[in-house]
Amino acid sequence: MKTFTYERASIPAEATAAAARTPGAKFLAGGTNLLDLMKLEIEAPQHIIDIGKIGLNKIESTPAGGLHIGALVTNTDLAAHPIVRRDYGLLARALLAGASGQLRNKATTAGNLLQRTRCPYFYDTNQLCNKRVPGSGCAAIAGFSRQLGIIGTSTSCIATYPGDMAVAMRALDATVETVKANGAKRTLSLDQLYRLPGQTPHLETTLEKNELITSIVLPPPVGGVHIYHKVRDRSSYAFALVSVGAILKKDGTGRVAVGGIAPRPWRIESAEPLLPSGAKAFTAQLLKGARPTKENEFKLALVERTLTAVLNEAKH
Amino acid sequence: MKFETPAGINPIDQLRVIGKPTDRIEGPLKTTGTAKYAYEHNDEVSNPAYGYVVGAAIAKGRIKTIDQTKAKVAPGVLAIVTAASVGALQQGKFYVDRLLAGPEIDHYHQAVAVVVAETFEQARAAASLLKISYTKTKGVYDLAAAKDSAPISRQGQSGPLRQTNVGDFDGAFASAPVKLDETYTTPDQTHAMMEPHATIAHWDGDMLTCWCCIQQLNWGARDVATILGIPQENIRLIATFIGGGFGGKGTALSDIIAASLAAQAAGRPVKLALPRPLMMNNTIHRPATIQRIRIGATPDGTITAIGHESWSGNLPGGGVESATASTRLLYAGANRFTQLRLAVLDLAEGSAMRAPGEATGMMALEIAMDELAEKLNIDPVALRIKNDTQEDPEKPGRKFSSRKLVECLQTGAGQFGWNKRQAKPGTVREGQWLIGMGVASAIRGAPIMKSAARVRLNREGIVTVETDMTDIGTGSYTIIEQTAAEMMGVTMDKVVVKLGDSSFPTSPGSAGQWGAASATSGVYAACVKLRDAVANSLGVRVEEAEFVGGQVRGGNRSYPLGDAAKATELVAQDEMTYGTLSREYAQDAFGAHFVEVGVNSYTGEIRVRRMLAVCHAGRILNPKAARSQIIGAMTMGVGAALMEELVVDKQVGFFVNHDLAGYEVPVHADIPHQEVVLLEDLDPTMSPMKAKGIGELGIVGVAAAVANAVYNATGIRVREYPITLDKLIDKLSINA
Repeated sequence: MKTFTYERASIPAEATAAAARTPGAKFLAGGTNLLDLMKLEIEAPQHIIDIGKIGLNKIESTPAGGLHIGALVTNTDLAAHPIVRRDYGLLARALLAGASGQLRNKATTAGNLLQRTRCPYFYDTNQLCNKRVPGSGCAAIAGFSRQLGIIGTSTSCIATYPGDMAVAMRALDATVETVKANGAKRTLSLDQLYRLPGQTPHLETTLEKNELITSIVLPPPVGGVHIYHKVRDRSSYAFALVSVGAILKKDGTGRVAVGGIAPRPWRIESAEPLLPSGAKAFTAQLLKGARPTKENEFKLALVERTLTAVLNEAKH
Repeated sequence: MKFETPAGINPIDQLRVIGKPTDRIEGPLKTTGTAKYAYEHNDEVSNPAYGYVVGAAIAKGRIKTIDQTKAKVAPGVLAIVTAASVGALQQGKFYVDRLLAGPEIDHYHQAVAVVVAETFEQARAAASLLKISYTKTKGVYDLAAAKDSAPISRQGQSGPLRQTNVGDFDGAFASAPVKLDETYTTPDQTHAMMEPHATIAHWDGDMLTCWCCIQQLNWGARDVATILGIPQENIRLIATFIGGGFGGKGTALSDIIAASLAAQAAGRPVKLALPRPLMMNNTIHRPATIQRIRIGATPDGTITAIGHESWSGNLPGGGVESATASTRLLYAGANRFTQLRLAVLDLAEGSAMRAPGEATGMMALEIAMDELAEKLNIDPVALRIKNDTQEDPEKPGRKFSSRKLVECLQTGAGQFGWNKRQAKPGTVREGQWLIGMGVASAIRGAPIMKSAARVRLNREGIVTVETDMTDIGTGSYTIIEQTAAEMMGVTMDKVVVKLGDSSFPTSPGSAGQWGAASATSGVYAACVKLRDAVANSLGVRVEEAEFVGGQVRGGNRSYPLGDAAKATELVAQDEMTYGTLSREYAQDAFGAHFVEVGVNSYTGEIRVRRMLAVCHAGRILNPKAARSQIIGAMTMGVGAALMEELVVDKQVGFFVNHDLAGYEVPVHADIPHQEVVLLEDLDPTMSPMKAKGIGELGIVGVAAAVANAVYNATGIRVREYPITLDKLIDKLSINA
């Protein structure tokens, strides 16, 4: 781990100001991903701005009937919140499908959105990785790619976004509110937040370096049956091979986001009118243009089959 | 004491202490975090520095240069050790891996440097400042590609035969009415024990003391001496507690060599632990195999020919994975053939992991038996019973000392509800889930090794046992305490057990499933001597002396045991050695595994629903500790069946998933329900303890039982471990 300097901010403006003036600074929230990456020198910030005490840890109803979730609300608290459990079951289920109790106690909502890929070549600093060292190459494409992406990927990078919560957030049309050092605020959809890798896989989001996520906003609840089906090799504490987050209505319409297959939670709204026609037609549209490797082409079938199970479950 | 004829009645048979399900005596230390592991002996050394091992960044080739300019002047750096700075190291007598490489690199993450600094963080930061440039050369990483040119492995002095022929296998197989000929693969696996390899090394002049986590301290001291070129008597190894090993810490690995060299270079004690991501490629692993099994049978299920060939790979000079070992002993059949072939691979060293050879080979053989049963239209349990043998099938007349495989299978079948299994696969469904049952036999050699101990008695009647035996989480402390208490007629609270110090009398350590039976027998021998000394001291005739309730009775008198040590502490030391009984008898432990799985018909996810193991392994010294060993091994078997695989990147040449996020082992949610039945058994040919090892038996056969259950659930036969959903979903019918 490289030596770094540290400060603790007490309000968001202090944090963004510090980020603006200090080169190589990173915000530290729960630390469940950043600190691991620092130990491996995959992340080597020169300065850490601890935002653990800046507030932003409340969950409040919005005037529009939605939910305003502070960036620093922990995964545990969010999953246990009565409104989340009642109206946004998909989110609670996705959260509880992720990580472990200990990690969820530390991990925050915004931090979870920004967690980095678990591609094993990204994690081994001896291996070629365009995400870690831009332009160095990618050892994963011709290597061990069973877990990696099948769509939205590029010739530079086939890493996936590994998380569960964001898959639910994407299906729920969550938006992200940010603030910059100059006080400017923005609201981003998740597709506006996450970049696809293209030839610059090291750039994962559209956030600027002094920009801080302050909250995540959920629109009013949409009803329906909420299902999060995460498929993995063991029963718990593993990243998804494929996960399907779905909100389905009695008439067969609904929305679906998929995890474990792409650099961001994968949702194609224009495919959703096909949902009443069944998993096959919808999946064909959802995964149009997929470019799996030989090792992960099973995910094409797995998405369809998992969605079939989900659609079936929604009927019962 | 030499054990040459089967044991008669002896003090252990009283079973006042032995045979009881006693809690682990060190349990409270572990649950309160006060048991000291290698890296935690902070009070024993002052002012330690920290070492960090740098692993090779390439799989094969040569170091061109190591530029230390920046690392040397990094904050806190005390020394940088490389092969160039310490000169050539010798090779130990067990592992062939060079533990500090350079300039040649033999495998990925092989240690090439050790950075020593004031703090761990400084050592790690400086390590990343070493600029090492390499010349890569082409390596061989693909076992399947190397298979056809792999020679029959060289015959070592010990270990199983590389090739065996009994009768006329080729002829009998060719003419068999029912034939099975299939090939199975098992992947490289890693031990994934909780405690990483760690050492604190401290030099006092020429004397080296290491707090370490080596399972066999006698091998450890021997190998550290050999590798460093110093006299073994100058080395003391201490491993009070070991946080799991499973064979992955047999003797000296890079941590102890790096720490010792670093401490020498820095002139200070050095603490060093291998980071988890380094362990998989730096240390040893269970090697992958390709196994071909051919079995010929008559329509009534009688095996007439059985052949088993296995291919594995290793570094030059490394050992072969003896996957055919069980096939040589498990089932009857007049015509037999086994062969082990060994390719040279430029991956980390393949070596022992829990039931080496046997666990691996039975992953294949016991699927083959399931396939044969189906071909014969015979129940898999019945087929195994049909081919039971009470003598070594390669050496007619050589009996098994005790073999209750049939009872294990029958008891298990009854208890598990095997009669509810549908012979036709894919026919039981519960909602989304297809349900199936599988069975497999278990066999594991029961070696016993010479083992020494020292026992002391003081005037308070406290018995202290000293042996260099280790406790790797198995319960050694507890069963040794039970043994001494039984022998000396005292309660366990009057016994103190000291283990894990190479300055104590030599045991064979924790390996090969021999630790429990061997170490307690050594303690038995020492206690027999101490009983003599006690009787002599009290003026009681030895043959009349009874040791009961803390008293010694004899000649109508009764003395508190401690009275024998009134004048001076009594000390007795002995070693149990063995005659030829292990050649006269085939000594093995047996079992049967039953598994029920559910397979999600949509996603192919496989979840174990319940498991049962029925085992017999001689006298069970402590049923609670034995059960814990079995359920742990069953869990490990589920991992082998369903998820564990060190994935080889055949281009770069390394195990890619080298951490515990990438290398999945079962979590609690994967193991819902396990039962263990321990059949009553005594084996007087083993030792006066009449016990056999059990720690490795529990994994043997488990993976095949899971595989067979998956087949029974789905009708899909997977012969390539691990059985993951991607190997099922193409063939899995949602609307079945």
